[in-house]
Amino acid sequence: MPRHVIRRLLQAIPTLLGVSIIAFALAYNSPGDPILIRTFDPNITQESREILRRQLGLDQHWALQYLSWLTGVTIRSGDVVEEFSRKDTQCSLLAGLNTTFCDNGGGILRGNLGTSIATNQPVWERIVERMPATLELGVSALLVALLLGLPLGVLSAVRQGSLFDNLVRVLAVVGNAIPSFWFGLMLIFLFGVALGWLPTGGRHTVSLTNEFDLVDRIRHLILPTFVSALGGIALLSRFMRTETLEVIRTDYIRLARAKGVAARRVWFVHALGNALIPLMTTLGPAIFGVLGGAVVIETVFSWPGMGRMTFSAAVQRDYPTVLGAVMFFSLLTILGNLLSDILYGVVDPRVRLS
Amino acid sequence: MTVAQADSSALTPPAAHPQLQRKPRTYWSMALQSLRRDLITLIAIAFLFTMALLSLLAPVIAGGIGVGPNDTNPDNAFQQPYLGPYIQWRTGQDPTSAPLMLGKSGGVPHWLGTDQLGRDQFVRLLYGGRVSLGIAFAAAALTLILGVTVGTLAGFFGGVVDDAIMWFVNTTVSIPGIYLLIIVTAILKPNPITLTLFLGLLGWFGTARLIRGNVFKVRALDFVLAARSVGTRNARIMLQHVIPNSLPIIIVNAAIDIGILILVESALSFLGLGIQPPTATWGSMLNRANNFLFLRDPETEAYLALHLLVGPGLLITLTVLALYLIGDGLRDALDPMMKNIR
Repeated sequence: MPRHVIRRLLQAIPTLLGVSIIAFALAYNSPGDPILIRTFDPNITQESREILRRQLGLDQHWALQYLSWLTGVTIRSGDVVEEFSRKDTQCSLLAGLNTTFCDNGGGILRGNLGTSIATNQPVWERIVERMPATLELGVSALLVALLLGLPLGVLSAVRQGSLFDNLVRVLAVVGNAIPSFWFGLMLIFLFGVALGWLPTGGRHTVSLTNEFDLVDRIRHLILPTFVSALGGIALLSRFMRTETLEVIRTDYIRLARAKGVAARRVWFVHALGNALIPLMTTLGPAIFGVLGGAVVIETVFSWPGMGRMTFSAAVQRDYPTVLGAVMFFSLLTILGNLLSDILYGVVDPRVRLS
Repeated sequence: MTVAQADSSALTPPAAHPQLQRKPRTYWSMALQSLRRDLITLIAIAFLFTMALLSLLAPVIAGGIGVGPNDTNPDNAFQQPYLGPYIQWRTGQDPTSAPLMLGKSGGVPHWLGTDQLGRDQFVRLLYGGRVSLGIAFAAAALTLILGVTVGTLAGFFGGVVDDAIMWFVNTTVSIPGIYLLIIVTAILKPNPITLTLFLGLLGWFGTARLIRGNVFKVRALDFVLAARSVGTRNARIMLQHVIPNSLPIIIVNAAIDIGILILVESALSFLGLGIQPPTATWGSMLNRANNFLFLRDPETEAYLALHLLVGPGLLITLTVLALYLIGDGLRDALDPMMKNIR
């Protein structure tokens, strides 16, 4: 078992490295001069722009820039120590190679995602700031999807061919086909505008004191949660229906029936337990996917989560924020896949040996 | 040898009894037969066909009505739909309502109303379908070509080729797709052609994985070994034997892929990152809709923008639904295991 885990962990390293190359290539090839964005002041001379460009290493070959972004270490030929006057940079000259190595203490390998151009905050700080809102919406949507999707799927398999079964199947297809932003807009119109029962967006009512009000929070959470969960409900009910129907054709279920085990016990203990195993593969990515936020739904409901932050950063061309967020989300996806692989190995010994 | 050839030779009936003679049942004719009995799939196909035809004929229909998709008329913004009164007027039941509405728009009939700039909603929906469907179909074609090629190469050759390709695919799949698209489209404002390219180039990874899995199974089969043993070249084995055996997967995947691409394109256009205004797509028509949700007629207190909200979303939902249903129907029809059950 430990060997299985270690092998999977090692396999994740080249993947993460590849993600960093793709993310860097996107930012490197995008139009617009980052120096001009930072130095909009007309009093700044061309000369000082060039100094800044050299300090940030933007005049270098892309491979060296990538290395610097990754590790925080800059390599230059010649003795250029005095140019790097920024106080957080430590430089040393290797006289034998006639090369200067500078360490600015950053680099994504050390968990430093850089500084946002738009807000001048560290990117990691921005992500942490948005985390609670994203988690709140994501976890509640995941719970609703599980609590509704699993029973609907199992029950529709139990009553295969009934009206209930057909209704659940229709819901599953329609739930996948309906665009989430449109579904959100329709619900906002119906419950927020026409009926006036629920707020139309945001995470809480803005007030002077900004006191925590649980009822107010829940009222804001209902619509986005339901819209986020719809796809999950559709997916899970469909998935559980197929799995349950497959499991009940197996011999051990027939044996349980023959022994005289009560129908309810056969369904919910014998069948459900085994039908849940393949769910592991989808649940791992889903749990970590929650942290990545939902761009479209967060935008429709003006939810202050990470999806909306990344979206507006991309529109503002705040590359450090976008790159940092993408690296973070990709790490989550990889961890999610890893978790499901490991869990799958735990519950199904055949996977470990292959 | 393909699946179709295997079936036809095995199922040819003896020629001695003319009355018992019937056409050979090939894999594809059997699939078609079971599809003919599948009413839901047939309705879905008919709906999709109608949508495609209406979109293709958009310029003709718009010409007949006498209004273009981007013709504005600020005096007639937020006109409500009056298709019902229009039909009643034409059949002589209600002589007053429709002419009153027609008078506001200078004689041009806006059956489904107008938007905030007085543009005809019906004509914009038709033109929007043109862009939305066109992009989704073209991007799906690109996705399939790339996915099938890469998947077949990876699955057929295995080893280092497979490792390299799968490393690339797994790496790219690790970046949440919607973020990748948002970054690319935010950086480079796309037109319909570049958007199609982005969607196609960033959408083939799943298809490639699926095809690769199938090719792994097929390449171990005896007829591939037979082809190899008579000295058939790799390229010919792949084109003649391996890819035709992936066709059922490719067809089913295509239908669902187009549906997903319509959803992705509409989401991007809704966010304002897809096709830029004034070009209408179903997604971009909803782009400003949330700003008008609260708008009411000062006298009657009726909501003014509801028709702008319902139309595009309903068309997206129904079209994607039709494509998913077609995908499901084709999966049932093309699955050899289902044949005896039906």
